[in-house]
Amino acid sequence: MIYFDNVSKLYADGRAAALQEVTFQVAPKEFVSIVGHSGAGKTTLLKMIIAEDQPSHGKVFYESLDIHRIPRTRLPHYRRKIGTVFQDFKLLPHKTAYENVAFAMEANGRSDQEIAENVPQALALVDLDDKAWNFPHELSGGEKQRVAIARAIVNQPDIIIADEPTGNLDPIATYEVVQILRKINDLGTTVIMTTHNKGVIDEIERRVITMDDGRIVRDDATGKYVL
Amino acid sequence: MLTGLRRVVKAGFVGFWRNAYVSLASIFVLTVALFVIGATMFLDQLLATSLNTLQSKVDINVYFVPDAPEERIDAIRNAVAALPDVSLVTYTTREEALQQYRDRRQGDEISLQALAELDENPLGANIAIQAQETSQYENIARFLDEQRALEEPQAPVIDVINYAQNKDSIDTLTGIINATERASWIVMGILLIASILITFNTIRLAIYTSREEIAIMRLVGASNMFIRGPFMLQGIMYGFIAGLLALLLFYPLLIWLGPRTETFFEINLFTYYVQNFGDIFGILIGAGVVLGLVSSTLAVARYLRT
Repeated sequence: MIYFDNVSKLYADGRAAALQEVTFQVAPKEFVSIVGHSGAGKTTLLKMIIAEDQPSHGKVFYESLDIHRIPRTRLPHYRRKIGTVFQDFKLLPHKTAYENVAFAMEANGRSDQEIAENVPQALALVDLDDKAWNFPHELSGGEKQRVAIARAIVNQPDIIIADEPTGNLDPIATYEVVQILRKINDLGTTVIMTTHNKGVIDEIERRVITMDDGRIVRDDATGKYVL
Repeated sequence: MLTGLRRVVKAGFVGFWRNAYVSLASIFVLTVALFVIGATMFLDQLLATSLNTLQSKVDINVYFVPDAPEERIDAIRNAVAALPDVSLVTYTTREEALQQYRDRRQGDEISLQALAELDENPLGANIAIQAQETSQYENIARFLDEQRALEEPQAPVIDVINYAQNKDSIDTLTGIINATERASWIVMGILLIASILITFNTIRLAIYTSREEIAIMRLVGASNMFIRGPFMLQGIMYGFIAGLLALLLFYPLLIWLGPRTETFFEINLFTYYVQNFGDIFGILIGAGVVLGLVSSTLAVARYLRT
């Protein structure tokens, strides 16, 4: 479903390489965790998938589509196939939880009726139906991240990309977020997640890709956090 | 498509309201900018009117000798009127000249008695010539001199041309008018450019605070138009409201200023404001809307480039 073909990313000064000859693929319905130290290239990898960053060499494919050859005007359409969750939540501060989730559907051109049906469902899935009309600054970190997840899944994307989704959360909120991501994966959505958190990896018991210095150093089918 | 438009409009209004401080700041600055534009317009009007009044007071007079034959006078009159530089030729007959003389000397018994002593009208006919521009008097005077040169020395028709006497004051006035016009253009240009730049920068700052939001919207897969739309609408709203505020501000100001400008510049600015309200409304609101729209479109464009 996602295929990295010998991808390298060099920055302008030519010294630092964020990614070096990375090749791997992700099958549909997989739950892949990417682990590694800060600066190992995890986030760069995810940015390649959502076409936020360009590789210096190599190609990234979504099914048979070369992601970095998508014309700029078509990029929004491509991004709608992917749900994104970030460490810093990236919610729209002037919109309520409900509106944040609804925005993703509006941007997608969904009808008002679909929005009225699906947004409450998505918020219910992350157990936030009672906070639908709160603004982000009125929510805790865990609640914000759950809103972000609801937004990511509401358009029923093929893939969820989660960049350190538990990075800013306490252990209980971390547990909840991981449970939700597993539930989404069980419902058939591919999940690619980066994390620092050993507990999270050990709990999920799925494929783990370990990165170091821009390279993939391990790729285990049911991995443990080894660093 | 229609749903998209409705959502953009709604998002524009909601964003305007929820970012009330940013909206207020932008409107405030735009109001000041539009006020400057409006004030520039009024100043220009004031200047144009007073220059016109001044210009209409300048003329060249040609005095004919008392026994100049009617058809010679007519010939010169028509020749002058046919000149492209001439805007108005006023003809005063001998009788009218006499009457004007009498009117001017009302109560001056000695002059009137002296006039009565004479058995014939001592005054000749004259014409007053106004040019389109003060700088054109030179040409007209030259033309009149040529006419005089063609006359037979025994039977002159033109007695006096007063351009030579008036020349200095006409030259000075021409200089002042040209300098004032040039200076006012420069000042207005600077004010206009300054207010446009200030507006543009304020709106750019307002949208700078939203750059994170714009990045998020892009990540969620919103198309550029869907992101840009609400900001463009907000720019239009800022401009419209600021235009109305500027119009409102001018009202009391001009009520106060109107009578003062009337005594000094011979134009009541308040009357001008009321009579040309439609145009002023259109210019201020139009300038506001265009400024707001262009500024916000340019400002958002920066964050929509990949």
